[in-house]
Amino acid sequence: MSSAAAKIDSSRTSLAPYLLSLPAFLLFVSIVLIPIVMTVLLSFHDWGQFKGIEPVFILKNWQEIWSDSYFHEMFARTFRIALAVTVLTALFGAPEAYILNRMRSPWRGIFLLIILGPLLISVVARTLGWALLFGGNSGVVNKALMSLGLISSPIPFMFTETGIIVALTHVLMPYMVLAVWASLQRLDPEIENAAASLGASQFTILRRVVLPQVIPGILSGAIIVFALAASAFATPAIIGGRRLKVAATLAYDEFLNTLNWPLGAAVATLLLVALVLIIVVSNRLVERRYGEMMR
Amino acid sequence: MMPFLVLDRLTKHFGSQVAVDNVSLAVEKGEFISLLGPSGCGKTTTLQMIAGFVRPTSGAITLEGRDLLAIKPNRRGLGIVFQSYALFPHMTAAENVAFGLEMQGIEREERHKRVAEALELVGLSALADRYPRKMSGGQQQRVALARALVIRPQILLLDEPLSNLDAKLREDMQIELRQIQRTVGTTTILVTHDQAEAMALSDRIVVMNQGRVEQIGPPHETYERPATPFVANFLGKTNQIEADVAPGGGEVTLGTARWPIPAHYKGRVVLSIRPEKVGFADPGNSALSGTVKTRIFQGNHWLYQVDTANGLITVIRQNSGEKIPAEGEVVGLTWGPSDMGVRPAGGATA
Repeated sequence: MSSAAAKIDSSRTSLAPYLLSLPAFLLFVSIVLIPIVMTVLLSFHDWGQFKGIEPVFILKNWQEIWSDSYFHEMFARTFRIALAVTVLTALFGAPEAYILNRMRSPWRGIFLLIILGPLLISVVARTLGWALLFGGNSGVVNKALMSLGLISSPIPFMFTETGIIVALTHVLMPYMVLAVWASLQRLDPEIENAAASLGASQFTILRRVVLPQVIPGILSGAIIVFALAASAFATPAIIGGRRLKVAATLAYDEFLNTLNWPLGAAVATLLLVALVLIIVVSNRLVERRYGEMMR
Repeated sequence: MMPFLVLDRLTKHFGSQVAVDNVSLAVEKGEFISLLGPSGCGKTTTLQMIAGFVRPTSGAITLEGRDLLAIKPNRRGLGIVFQSYALFPHMTAAENVAFGLEMQGIEREERHKRVAEALELVGLSALADRYPRKMSGGQQQRVALARALVIRPQILLLDEPLSNLDAKLREDMQIELRQIQRTVGTTTILVTHDQAEAMALSDRIVVMNQGRVEQIGPPHETYERPATPFVANFLGKTNQIEADVAPGGGEVTLGTARWPIPAHYKGRVVLSIRPEKVGFADPGNSALSGTVKTRIFQGNHWLYQVDTANGLITVIRQNSGEKIPAEGEVVGLTWGPSDMGVRPAGGATA
């Protein structure tokens, strides 16, 4: 009898967590899962200039993406930009985080604010700021460099990959800095002294002791930055414009300008699948390499 | 002969706060010295100045006559064991130990040999390829010790190395640490707030308080003859009894008994007696009598608090089968004249 009572009790308690998480689950299903499933289904529908969207199941859109080199180039560009942005944020963000971590109380807060700055400014204002600095002949920096005689023609920025990479690196830098900073804060403050007492120079300490310990932080920052850079829309839209499309701006154009929703859905789905694959695989690699010793 | 390591009027200010105040100390080669004091007494700052992580405001440190302050921390060649151990988590025990040898540019074969020797010295040969996170606190502590010793340092600096271990393990490690230090013969400076640890390990103890040195001496002497009230209180428990010097001088009266004291004391004095030196006697003809207020059994000894006319007196008696007074019983207290320290009253009572 007592065991029966215990059984009822345990079944009641095991049900409670599911009931409690049901509202959040329903919210997740209705605003995330259903739209994604609908987008995926949409990518298999047909579309014509005059007949609009036809709810049939065909592979036309996928075949078009698969066979047309325009799409290959566009996806290659998307991931090339994302990779460059990731490498640049790591190259600048990791030292930035290290310096930030060594700063004293008032300066640390001030510089953290400066680093977070790009996130606090509207994407449009920030990107147009870049355009004002470098855009064409009238850009402030280009004008100054030209009048100093350092360059003969303006540095191309607008509608270039370089421009998109620079602007994205600027805005995504905080994610890298914060990820590396978090791993730096788990570092034993005496560990650098320990290495120094064993005869290591400052450079050796950074290379052999600090860097290996923040690599998990750099890698998790890199995953975030890569995902955000590959799916970024506003910055490539303003700087790249119509001439230089990436996956996100292309999907947008297919939806709103060409009105070819199924093709846009296929592009969006492909971007999503590619990103998920890249993130899961790289996360798996990070876990395998660093999971045992860091946790 | 010149002492091995000399701290000369070492002083450190942090802003307006004086962390270390005029500390001078001469350490002989092979000696085991403890810097002992409560937290904030400047012992760790002193150690960090020797290590080179903190620059002194003034004063000098010389090692075998060389100016140590002119040498960068990574060129001083000192072995340091940190309170947190500060092991490199991304390296195995063997790699941790090998790091210092790599920095010295020692050949691979020689390195392997010395790492193996160091790990054997601390009894960790079996765990050479294990990462620190998979080790217990005591094992990590041994790796840290091996890592510090393998570079054959001129001085071994230990910053509260045992404070993160549980009591039983701490006692074992104390014995082991002392044996290892005797084996390798490295001059060692230990920073600790644990007086038992300092007394168990050191050749000499440096008792520090508020940045200043209170007393330097061998453990037994420091315990038996505390130079200041602070030392008397910090090293073990001490009974402090105020008493008046007899009008002629040369003795004090407590209860019915008279105690000889040095002739130069006048007026009111404070007598200090260690609890384990106080014995029970017939209440009729002893110095002090009182009522046993509490009696606590502590394994190898009994701890009593006796309420007397001169305040609460703590008494420690070995658990050796002698008669045990009960709580509430009236007892007499007695001790030998040589067990008693005297100092003028009215000074700092710490």
